[in-house]
Amino acid sequence: MKSNNFGYLLKEGVKGIFLHGFMSFAAVCVTVACLLIVGSFTTVAYNLNIMVEELNKTNEVTVYVDRELSDAEAKSIDTKIKRLDNIASCEFVYREDAFEDFKDASDNPDAFDGFDTSYLEHRYIVILEDNRLMQETIDQLMQIPGIVDYRAAQELADGFTAMQDILRVVTVVVTIVLLIVSLLIISNTVKLAMYDRRDEISIMKMVGATNGFIRLPFVVEGFLLGMTGAALAFLVEWLAYDAVVERIAQADALDMFQFVPFHQIVWPLVGTFAAAGLFVGIVGSWTSIRKFMDV
Amino acid sequence: MIEFTNVVKTYAEGNDALRGVSMQIEDGEFAFLVGPSGSGKSTIIKLINGELKPTSGAVHVNGYSLERIRKREIPYLRRTIGVVFQDFRLIDTKTVYENVAFAMRVVGAREREIRERVPYVLELVGLETKEKRHPSALSGGEQQRLAIARALVNNPSTIIADEPTGNLDPARSIEIMSLLQEINNLGTTVLVVTHELELVERMHKRVIAIDEGLVISDGLDGEEEQ
Repeated sequence: MKSNNFGYLLKEGVKGIFLHGFMSFAAVCVTVACLLIVGSFTTVAYNLNIMVEELNKTNEVTVYVDRELSDAEAKSIDTKIKRLDNIASCEFVYREDAFEDFKDASDNPDAFDGFDTSYLEHRYIVILEDNRLMQETIDQLMQIPGIVDYRAAQELADGFTAMQDILRVVTVVVTIVLLIVSLLIISNTVKLAMYDRRDEISIMKMVGATNGFIRLPFVVEGFLLGMTGAALAFLVEWLAYDAVVERIAQADALDMFQFVPFHQIVWPLVGTFAAAGLFVGIVGSWTSIRKFMDV
Repeated sequence: MIEFTNVVKTYAEGNDALRGVSMQIEDGEFAFLVGPSGSGKSTIIKLINGELKPTSGAVHVNGYSLERIRKREIPYLRRTIGVVFQDFRLIDTKTVYENVAFAMRVVGAREREIRERVPYVLELVGLETKEKRHPSALSGGEQQRLAIARALVNNPSTIIADEPTGNLDPARSIEIMSLLQEINNLGTTVLVVTHELELVERMHKRVIAIDEGLVISDGLDGEEEQ
């Protein structure tokens, strides 16, 4: 293709957007709406996943140390625990501190005055990296000399794991369905735009334009419309996300919901929106025009 | 040159549009193709510009064998043919100048060539003073002249006019025929498809009559060969 033609085709692509203003507006609106739905759903799912992960971290395993060991011996087990796989953190708790915590949590702390704490064990609060491996890790912990017992809420951990798995599958399935629906809607909008210009295409064919020459302005137009839609959707998503997070933070006095700040997800979101806009714009126009080329 | 040799065209639904058409139109000739609706005229035009392929027989147009032509060669075949339609098929969002220039741009002409050629062709069809207007601001006759200018601008060896006067009054029809005659005088082959026999008789040119997919007569008007 001659370079003067290329410039002309680019110009025609840009001109086409304004000449067919209503269809361009419709295509951009549909792209924005579809990307907003997909973007909002995935950001909510991403945040929920992180919240479940955080909740999961509070699920701890307590291992008890043999009462016969001295304080120094009990504390030396720390390195053996940390050497195991799947240990996120491990904290030593003196029996006296554990007793004080127990008393504080009790409705009637005075009832425990004079209790001999030497009957209690020193202990470690162990947080696991992956709760799916909880039972295996407990088995390994119990093999460490000096550890005599454990307490773990296995059912709670299984619950968190199941919740994460379900969330992950739902996110993938819903995102794929939404993307397919978006593509169909956008492709139909582009087809309508093409239908609007079928006469122009047939004239181009009639005077001997090659298929590549006919396609390029439409593809340029599709690219620009897709990218415009993606940019607008990104801006709206940004503003909406910040507003919603601020609202929830104000209403959430107990600080139960921890949302990821927007700047942490900005690049994945920019990448996803740009790729989706590009794909939808170029593939949508390329495939839609095929129907009108057979003349 | 346009040459049909025993051409048969049967559509998918089994309709025989052409049942063995043979004819030859030499370079520089002016001919009419006449016949009633459904006689096969439109099929002949579609075969000439590569929209259809013959079911059997051979079609040769300006050096291309249409029964063997590849899809990517069709645009190049079409550049040798200028087509004029009854409904003009102009782009109303473009000016008169741009409608003609557009036909040059799509075949990759340079801007300098376009600036030289378009005014020349517009002058040839008598629209040199209306180049900034849009087609909707022109009369029917002017719109058809613009369509002829667009068909001419790439200097095709053949012009095919499909019912070019169908939407025009008698006076404008004669004007368009005179213009096509002038174009033919410059060496371009002209094939006019029409059912307006009065106009055909007035021009005293070769007339190919077709009916039910067969050539029923071919010769100079008034002295047809059966």
